[in-house]
Amino acid sequence: MGKTKMVRQSHHHVGKLENSFFISFVLVSLLLSLCLFALRSTLAEEVPTAQGETAIQKDSVPPVPPTNVTAKDIPNDKGGAITVSWERSADDGGGAKNVTGYEILRSTKRDGGYEHIGNSPPGATSFSDNATKDKVLYFYKIRALSSTGTSESEPSAPAFSKRQWFNFSRLSLFILSLIIGSAIFYFIEKAKSGKGVFIRKIAGLEAVDDAVGRATEMGRKIIFIPGIMDMDSMQTIAGVTILGRVAKLVAEYEAKLEVPVCRSLVMVTCREVVKEAYLNAGRPDAYNDDMVYYLTDDQFAYAAALDGLFLRDRPAAVFLQGQFYAESLILAETANSVGAIQIAGTAMPTQLPFFVAACDYTLIGEELFAASAYLSKDPKLLGSLKGQDVGKFIFLLAIFIGAILLTLNSVLGLNLPDLRELFKGI
Amino acid sequence: MRREVPLILTAIVGITMIIAHFIPPLNILKNLFEDWFFIIAAFAIYLGILNLILVNGDKIYKKQKGWLFGAVVILGFLVITIIGIFFSGGKSFQDPGTPFYYIYMNLYYPLSATMFALLAFFVASASYRAFRARNVEATMLLLAAFILMLGRVPIGEWISAWLPEGYRLGDAADWIMDFPMTAGQKAIMIGIALGVVSSALRVILGLERAYSAGE
Repeated sequence: MGKTKMVRQSHHHVGKLENSFFISFVLVSLLLSLCLFALRSTLAEEVPTAQGETAIQKDSVPPVPPTNVTAKDIPNDKGGAITVSWERSADDGGGAKNVTGYEILRSTKRDGGYEHIGNSPPGATSFSDNATKDKVLYFYKIRALSSTGTSESEPSAPAFSKRQWFNFSRLSLFILSLIIGSAIFYFIEKAKSGKGVFIRKIAGLEAVDDAVGRATEMGRKIIFIPGIMDMDSMQTIAGVTILGRVAKLVAEYEAKLEVPVCRSLVMVTCREVVKEAYLNAGRPDAYNDDMVYYLTDDQFAYAAALDGLFLRDRPAAVFLQGQFYAESLILAETANSVGAIQIAGTAMPTQLPFFVAACDYTLIGEELFAASAYLSKDPKLLGSLKGQDVGKFIFLLAIFIGAILLTLNSVLGLNLPDLRELFKGI
Repeated sequence: MRREVPLILTAIVGITMIIAHFIPPLNILKNLFEDWFFIIAAFAIYLGILNLILVNGDKIYKKQKGWLFGAVVILGFLVITIIGIFFSGGKSFQDPGTPFYYIYMNLYYPLSATMFALLAFFVASASYRAFRARNVEATMLLLAAFILMLGRVPIGEWISAWLPEGYRLGDAADWIMDFPMTAGQKAIMIGIALGVVSSALRVILGLERAYSAGE
């Protein structure tokens, strides 16, 4: 009984303690809530103030607007384009109002209706509007953007685009092409009339017969590689043309020819060319589609496949004729290591030293393009080579006179014309 | 007709491309012809793939010499094609994180780089042969290469430091690059440009027909 009373009293005491704890908890919570509310209100008041200040700053302190906005038709084009230029905002390049970019605005009226047509990065001073209608007047404004606001330039003077029927920046090239083209025509006609054309001996092409003969005697393959580019490259076309001449010779000698290529279109073209060459040599039976096959489009995978081919089959002759890049030396050195006679030809100035160092014969630049005419001995084709010499003479003369004029200008302080200006469009 | 049609097409396209270079409104045709080339080239890829499978398949079937290489080519082709088409998880097959991308970066790319790296060794072996002083020209080449190589490394600067500024090995190397080398290269480039003009005219005029399977 006494124990029960004590327990009740204890429970009562505990209950009182719990109540006071609960009340204290509620009070502290309320106090904390009030503090938090007050803090939040203070922060909330401060943020709008800050934003307000920013807004005021944005509205009141925009960057300095760009100046001198000019618009003009892009010369020597097909029309439909105007170039807009301006002087950068004074705030472009640093500071609190640093310009973050420019918006280009366009309108057909000076005073309004401007539409956003594009953006330019900070530092830019021009923009090409490639979506204009010819013979329509346009006004342009440039809007400088920054984190503190925006500002617009004065509108430009009106400008309109128009189509030009001749690209006058290429006039010198046009005249030069006409002269060289006429010279080529002239010498082709002259050659047709039966007048012999002297062409200097090209050692690399003189060696084609030897290379094919050697392969025939050794009973080994001849591998012809027409470069790594597609049929849109003039060098590939030159390489394929040489292939036609070599294939005819191979058919006559009854040697074995293999043409691994790295472009599908080149494969199709080479097949036709080799087939025709065998037909012309009177050996259509010896032709087989598998002589020309596709390996891969990838540069180094192609090089690896060819290296493997060289090492396994040990060809007697390797022709590298066309456009080559970094794989040139990899191919030439591997073919050299298996003892193949190599005749290379390319118009890539960066690869020529590699071929000269690693191959037995190299057709340098223009010799690659002359090879077909040289091998065919066709007077019409040989005449075209003679026409090239006229072009060389013009360039030599221009270089000589230009060097003298520049030297006189430099030494005597004269103001004679600079011939380089004439060849600018070339 | 089989020979005439390609020649006529070549002449039309070639002349249009030349004229378009000088007459801007014809750029539309120029762009059109260029687009056609890419479309034709894209279709031709299937011919290449077909040829790749047929040639290597035949090699395997007939158990020709090196047929195992053919098997590796076909296996590699099938694996990469199937993974690229069917296992890209809704992303483009080239996107980072796809199995195709993984194979490309961890198998194909290192192999390709290895092939490229071989160039360093081939440059050494080719230079060794090319720079032998067999005659006057080869000796000049050897001397120029010697100065150029020394001038490009710190030891070259060090051994010629006693010479006045402008006459050291580095300066000599710069002079070789800026004058004789540039002059020679420009001469080759002028020859190339004229060769391209002449070849293009021969092709356009139908004088040069070997590329279209005609003499």
